Amino acid sequence: MNHSISLTVNGVRRDIALTDPRVTLLDLLREQLDLTGTKKGCDRGQCGACTILVDGRRINSCLALAISHDGASITTIEGVARGDELHPLQTAFIAHDGFQCGFCTPGQLMSALGLIDEGQAGCDAERIREGMSGNLCRCGAYAGITDAVLEVQQKLKAEKERRVA
Amino acid sequence: MKSFDYVRPASIGEAIAAARAPGAAYLAAGTNLLDLMKGGVSRPDRLVDVTHLPGLDTIEKLPDGGLRIGALVRNADLAHDAAFAKAYPAVAEALLSGASAQLRNAATVGGNLLQRTRCAYFYDVASACNKRAPGSGCDARGGDNDMHAVLGWSDGCIATHPSDFCVPLVALDAMVEIEGNGGRRQVRLEDLHRLPGATPQQETVLEAGDLIVALNLSAEACNFASHARYLKVRERTSYAFAIVSAAAHLSLANGRIEQARVALGGVAAKPWRAREAEALLAGAEATAQNFRRAAEAALAGAKPSGDNAFKIELAQRILVRALALASAGTPERIPALPASPFSIHSGALHDA
Repeated sequence: MNHSISLTVNGVRRDIALTDPRVTLLDLLREQLDLTGTKKGCDRGQCGACTILVDGRRINSCLALAISHDGASITTIEGVARGDELHPLQTAFIAHDGFQCGFCTPGQLMSALGLIDEGQAGCDAERIREGMSGNLCRCGAYAGITDAVLEVQQKLKAEKERRVA
Repeated sequence: MKSFDYVRPASIGEAIAAARAPGAAYLAAGTNLLDLMKGGVSRPDRLVDVTHLPGLDTIEKLPDGGLRIGALVRNADLAHDAAFAKAYPAVAEALLSGASAQLRNAATVGGNLLQRTRCAYFYDVASACNKRAPGSGCDARGGDNDMHAVLGWSDGCIATHPSDFCVPLVALDAMVEIEGNGGRRQVRLEDLHRLPGATPQQETVLEAGDLIVALNLSAEACNFASHARYLKVRERTSYAFAIVSAAAHLSLANGRIEQARVALGGVAAKPWRAREAEALLAGAEATAQNFRRAAEAALAGAKPSGDNAFKIELAQRILVRALALASAGTPERIPALPASPFSIHSGALHDA
């Protein structure tokens, strides 16, 4: 049985025919849309490598059926940089050694973008660590990841204060 | 994953009709169900997707001052709803101590109530499990069972209910609104989940087609807002299920406890209301000695189901700590490490 859904992926509307309702958003992105930046780690919602933004919120794409998300707007790691210009968060990950092998990095970045938007963690390293606990890094780059997110948060805060002043 | 038919009903009535069929299951966010389906633990023939049903994702103030929370409200949205967190702070803290930010953004209120046990033998389809395959036995009994139940378990099943959210809710007499074949009815959350007995496969009182549409919290339950905590011991600081947890709510006057609402998590197949502890605390002074007596009463009926005798003492200590923190006062803001007993700050200035 065929089901068709429409998604906006990184700003582009895509009409998609699903051959099977079992397809997750993760498999749809990787196998059907050739967006392989989103990684499949555990495929069971435990590692966070598959984190994407759905309607602006970070979720695990491995535990989301594509068919249930008809009409959703999705941002993946491919939609984060502007051409060759990296997002400030990506630059901060490089500056702070927020990765080694890089496999978890797309998920870390998408999760951190979600965390920044949620506005709960602020410039508190402990809240950032807690808010990022759904993303595992087996190389153990956690300290660099926290520093990178913290730096972006501090810059955003400074910019906001400048605008107010 | 076994194949299934996908149905997207346009109304609650259509949903119930579609879900009544044998082998049908409701799909909300799917954060637990899809995991179980990938492992072959759940094998529904039909998924009835309720996520597009209108009107189930709102938080409404009731005329009597209580709150009605739609079954499709996401865990994160509920925890960060200012009015909700102010009225029921231990529930918000419990929500934020569960799973990860990604999962809380997806998982729903109704789904949380119906999540399945995390017993590894239930998850492993090669193991005997009376819950997954009735009559097959219980490999947890002779296996790794240090995380299993110490209250209300049976020879057939020693699994625990994994929810954090349900623990303070059951203490606060939350009501579950259910729509089914016979119309709409309300069930106390305390009565929603069953103890295993000889039928561990029957986890709730829900019948085929029954759909949880909302959760109701009373205005009376707000009376504990200034002295409410949830504490949870985990094997790591964050993103782990409870070994044991405790929700403590007190109403205090001049250092004396007027009323207490207490429940434990991680100890039984259902969120465990500790009425014996509440009875001892009512009218007592808020002292460490009285908290200890109450905790001993809460666990008086406990017995190990395996290598988990430690959980009985641990549950008592975490309850004593939760009561002490509740009596010190609800923090202004939920701590950076929600529900963590290892947070570097303690007491009323937990977030200092």
